[in-house]
Amino acid sequence: MILYIGRRLLGVIGVLIAIAAVTFTIFYVLPSDPAAAACGKSCSAERLAAIRAHMGLDQPLWRQFGDFVTGIFTGRTMGSGQYTLHCHFPCLGYSYDNSEPVWNLLMDRLPVSASLALGAAVLWLLLGLTAGVVAALRKDTLTDRVLMVGAVAAASLPVYFTSMMLIYGLIRTAGLLPYPEYVALSRDPLHWASNLLLPWTALAILYAAMYARQSRSSMIETMAEPYIRTARAKGLPRRTVVVKHGLRAGMTPILTIFGMDLGGLLAGAVITESIFGLPGIGRLFYGALAGGDQPVIMGVTLLAAAFIVIANLVVDLLYAVIDPRVRY
Amino acid sequence: MSVHQPALAAATVGASPWRLARRELGRRASVRLSLVVVALFAVMAAGAPLLTRLSGWGPDEFDKSAVDPYLGGQPVGPLGGISAEHWLGVEPVTGRDLFARTVHGAQVSLLIALTATAMVVIAGTAAGIAAGYFGGRVDAVLSRLMDLTMSFPSLIFMIAMMSVAKDVNRILLMTAVIGLFGWPGVARIVRGQTLSLKHREYVDAARVGGSGPWRILTRDILPGVSGPVIAYTTLVIPGMIATEAALSYLGVGVRPPTPSWGQMIAESVSFYDTDPMYFVIPSSCLFLTVLAFTLLGDALRDVLDPRSGRQ
Repeated sequence: MILYIGRRLLGVIGVLIAIAAVTFTIFYVLPSDPAAAACGKSCSAERLAAIRAHMGLDQPLWRQFGDFVTGIFTGRTMGSGQYTLHCHFPCLGYSYDNSEPVWNLLMDRLPVSASLALGAAVLWLLLGLTAGVVAALRKDTLTDRVLMVGAVAAASLPVYFTSMMLIYGLIRTAGLLPYPEYVALSRDPLHWASNLLLPWTALAILYAAMYARQSRSSMIETMAEPYIRTARAKGLPRRTVVVKHGLRAGMTPILTIFGMDLGGLLAGAVITESIFGLPGIGRLFYGALAGGDQPVIMGVTLLAAAFIVIANLVVDLLYAVIDPRVRY
Repeated sequence: MSVHQPALAAATVGASPWRLARRELGRRASVRLSLVVVALFAVMAAGAPLLTRLSGWGPDEFDKSAVDPYLGGQPVGPLGGISAEHWLGVEPVTGRDLFARTVHGAQVSLLIALTATAMVVIAGTAAGIAAGYFGGRVDAVLSRLMDLTMSFPSLIFMIAMMSVAKDVNRILLMTAVIGLFGWPGVARIVRGQTLSLKHREYVDAARVGGSGPWRILTRDILPGVSGPVIAYTTLVIPGMIATEAALSYLGVGVRPPTPSWGQMIAESVSFYDTDPMYFVIPSSCLFLTVLAFTLLGDALRDVLDPRSGRQ
């Protein structure tokens, strides 16, 4: 088990370095001059040169990439003389637009994005699994049909459409909820939840639909297994059979998608965050695009990739917990 | 497919698997309905120039008489200015014809989505077959590549790529960028299918008979994987349409004045209080197309790939 985790962690680091290399090549080599973008319009030649030196753009490309990767593990000192900057571990670069290391920017925004993603995940799991299990147990009845048609329809709605409808219906017209304005969980949990309720719902509608479809098919398959018949024949209560024997085994494929979805959402809720004005990583990324803030774009891409890879690893480890047949 | 034949009624014995599939599909109301919707949008997209000539207004023609300058450029008339002149009403402020913009938007959206899907399916099938059939090092390299591609935060990456590339053909770039991340899904399915086919007796027979790998791959393996691939393809299309719309919604997709549904929705957001129809029209087009392709894909998967998915 420990050997397995170790091997996988090495794999994770390898994947992240590969992603960093690809992102680096694309965003630092192909387009416009990142130094000019960082410097802005009224940029003196002296300052431009300083920023170039800071970013290491005067160095060969492999050297720049090497510095970038070493910086992540050890931190690095950028520039020299008057413009010296120390970017501490883990250094993902320095945002000249925000005058702050990228890592600090990301960590500032992470609680918002994490609140959004985790809350939505709880909601969509509840909704999706319930709908899926109910539909599977009542296979081919009207309930099943209605739930599944509803799920396909909900999955076809773009998240910005659902969000606008929720804003229009619940905030503008009915006035039931305040317009979302992020409040930290530690400051006021009730406010935190009520403000995030709409963004959670918007995301949950989209994802729950997919989980309902997936858990339905997975449950139908599991409930046809002989061991379910055995459990029933033993006289176990229906609830125990469904939840402990059926759902638990049927969870593995759902867990796989869940890992990818949650990992992708932690730093990838660009649309939802910008519609609801939540100051999360997605918003940071969207802002960085407009300003051409390459270090931030790079940082967000890497963080998002890290979340996906780590989520996949955690999911693989959880398999063994959920399904006793899986061993490492 | 042939394994399932004994279960079917005597009347169907002798019919080809494709014929059986078609018969099964024709029985479903959802399939017929989604085919109608898909056909409608396909005609709309293909005949966009013709349709706008019929309606009389091009997608970029301004009609100042259709908007009221004293009401902040609101469309004249009810329901966003729907009239005999403007079939689906007009855009606020500019007075551009919404029907023309919607059908031209359909053209852009479907063109990008279908081309990207074709790319994904061809690349994915090739990679999947190669990985599954040759195994060993080829499989190891391709599978690593699939894992790597799937670890990319695709939406973030697509947005970033679309926004840094400045002076290129947006439609072409968008197709390439959207297509870049889809192939591992197809490749995984094809790889699994190929693995299960490559040691079947008829493949061994072909090998013993002296067929080369190319001939075996194209004549014996490819037809065997085509069912699941077709089903999966139909399920990829709505994802591609939605991604294109999302990128255009975020303002990194096709550039104005080229219309696209996502972009129209984004623009309509600031008018949704005063002119809800402007928001409703492109949104419902997007919703209906995605829904129709999803239903179609579901049905195809049930029929062509009975082992995976719903039963």
